[in-house]
Amino acid sequence: MKKAKLSALIATAALSSLTVALAQSAKLSDNVIKVGVLTDLSGVYSELSGPGSVKAAQMAAADFMAKNPSYRNKVQVVGVDHQNKADVASNKAAEMIDRQNVDVLMDLPTSSAALAASEIAKGKKIPVMVVTGGTTALTNDKCNKYTFHYAYDNYMLANGTGTAVTKRGGNSWYIIYPNYAFGQDLNRQMTAAIQENKGKLVTASDATPFPNTDFSSYLLKAQSLKPKVFGTMQAGNDLVNVVKQYNEFGLKQQGIGLGIGLLFETDVAALGQDAFAGALATVPWYWNMDARSREWSAGFEKAFGKKPTWAQAGVYSATMTYLNAVARAKSDNGDAVVKALEGHRFSDFFARGAHIRSQDHRVTLDVYTVQVKPKAQAKEAGDIFTKVATIPASKAFTPLAESKCKL
Amino acid sequence: MTLQYFLIQVFNGLVNGAFYALLSLGLAVIFGMLRIVNFAHGALYMLGAFTAFALGQLFGLGFWPSLIIAPLLVGLIGMIIERGLLSRLYGLEPSYNLLLTFGLTLLTQDLVKQVMLSRFAVSSAPYTPPAELSGVVNLGFTMFPKYRLFVIVLALLVCLITWFVIEKTRVGAIIRASTENPTVTRAFGIDVSKWVTGVFAVGVGLAGLAGVLAAPIYSVEPYMGAELIITTFAVVVIGGMGSILGSVVTGFAVGVLAAIGSALYPPIANTLVFILMAVVLLIRPSGLFGLPEGAR
Repeated sequence: MKKAKLSALIATAALSSLTVALAQSAKLSDNVIKVGVLTDLSGVYSELSGPGSVKAAQMAAADFMAKNPSYRNKVQVVGVDHQNKADVASNKAAEMIDRQNVDVLMDLPTSSAALAASEIAKGKKIPVMVVTGGTTALTNDKCNKYTFHYAYDNYMLANGTGTAVTKRGGNSWYIIYPNYAFGQDLNRQMTAAIQENKGKLVTASDATPFPNTDFSSYLLKAQSLKPKVFGTMQAGNDLVNVVKQYNEFGLKQQGIGLGIGLLFETDVAALGQDAFAGALATVPWYWNMDARSREWSAGFEKAFGKKPTWAQAGVYSATMTYLNAVARAKSDNGDAVVKALEGHRFSDFFARGAHIRSQDHRVTLDVYTVQVKPKAQAKEAGDIFTKVATIPASKAFTPLAESKCKL
Repeated sequence: MTLQYFLIQVFNGLVNGAFYALLSLGLAVIFGMLRIVNFAHGALYMLGAFTAFALGQLFGLGFWPSLIIAPLLVGLIGMIIERGLLSRLYGLEPSYNLLLTFGLTLLTQDLVKQVMLSRFAVSSAPYTPPAELSGVVNLGFTMFPKYRLFVIVLALLVCLITWFVIEKTRVGAIIRASTENPTVTRAFGIDVSKWVTGVFAVGVGLAGLAGVLAAPIYSVEPYMGAELIITTFAVVVIGGMGSILGSVVTGFAVGVLAAIGSALYPPIANTLVFILMAVVLLIRPSGLFGLPEGAR
């Protein structure tokens, strides 16, 4: 009995070393490139990323295979729900990598979930492309060799919007922010951007509970403080409530403008664009910014039934960028792909003038400060933004000199 | 912080207080009369808001007709829940109706979410107050939304009527008798189970009404009741389980307290009510207005 067990063990060991040898000689592990979209499939961010992000990644996979016939039938996409929870994101990331043999993780809305998954993937040497998570920690003090930050981050939002609003005369602010990692980070970055442009805060920023539905206390506070801008760092449903109540209390009529930290197209849809009209925000992209973007968006709308958000367009672009790196490296091995991604310069319908910084893995790209149009000025459904300024890739993100990242 | 600003916040707190009062009033009526801890109350509040939104989208009905129709529809759903489900659990441990109503909450939330996404293509829907109540009014000490004033007044009125009916009328006497001693009440030829159904329907109808009132202030979304209901339960406990006066007074008081809290020290706003609950329970375990179990 003991002997049989021992020989079985030896046989298994021999077999497994054989498979390892086979895998190393093949270009691709298990002969497929498996893209794992780890996202919010059912919660508050499912509309702005979620199933739309999975569809975007599938489209990128299909387009990549069509362009590169040698990869026909070799790219697969799986979508997994992380429920915006850090612990679930950790477990799912490990499971996707260990059991489903996923070669890259994508999307990752919610900063805490992104940080957790990035930590797991680092241990397993699997690349991560964070598109929808916002915290600057990903490319700063929590950076690692396998994590890349795509599309946007809090520095870029604050730098873009804080600068634009302050320079246009909105030089006194009162800011509220949700009391968790994302909000705290965004408040810090926004305050710095305002002060850099010679603006000031009329009083210290207020941390509000998260999540929260009633913001009337802070709006009344704004009424009595009379800043030129009421800055809100809330996101998603909380933002929708803030803006609804901002209008209800008639702050705009009282000469108090609205500065928004993070804005998605779906927030505007939830409240109607008139409620947001005149507000400034910074985005990496929007569907009707030019012919090239319109063309891609038409394809997405045909496949998914809705116009893309900038997060979903970002997932397509990030997936394509990853797959191109696999093609250049001729391998889906994590280290090889990371090498192919580092320092790469490219430009597509989403990421213009893009550069993947090898020092901190921040993917820099041109971004845009936009203003929400009143409904009367919209030429078609979903026409919500007017471009106010283009911020070039080199100016939009944290300067390398300020980064604490050590790769 | 000036005194004026402080007064503004106190006044503002009455708005949230109005919602707490309306919801805890319904909970108190249902618990006081039927001994049911209705966990689905928050979901039924959300259903009120959602029904108002859906009536507007599908039939073009404005705020005023919805203010009547939506609570009636929610009350009707309450009737079905009581007759079809809850009535089967009477006589069993209270944890059964707790589980049932909690399950109903999850079911309702997901169902509404599916409908909103598939039928209306939004996960959070806009709803505006009627034209005659939109805009702000200058109260002398602050600019305040007209609609919020309306909410305070209407909630007070509804609370007053409910209290009056239960404490001062024959209908109230029958309801109280049916719950104090159903056997004796039945002996007088009164159909107790019909009254029980009616009370439950009115209680959840009040939640539906609060939902319609909330729709123009908060966005209509499937989980809007989830957070509110926890605070409301705290209000009910502070006021004294089942005490109508207690739930109304405590509802408004907690609203005001939370507003002052979030003005003075924002991070404490959501915790304040639970601190208050702990303190009250230590001093008066049966709540501020509640009678000790033995005295019932």
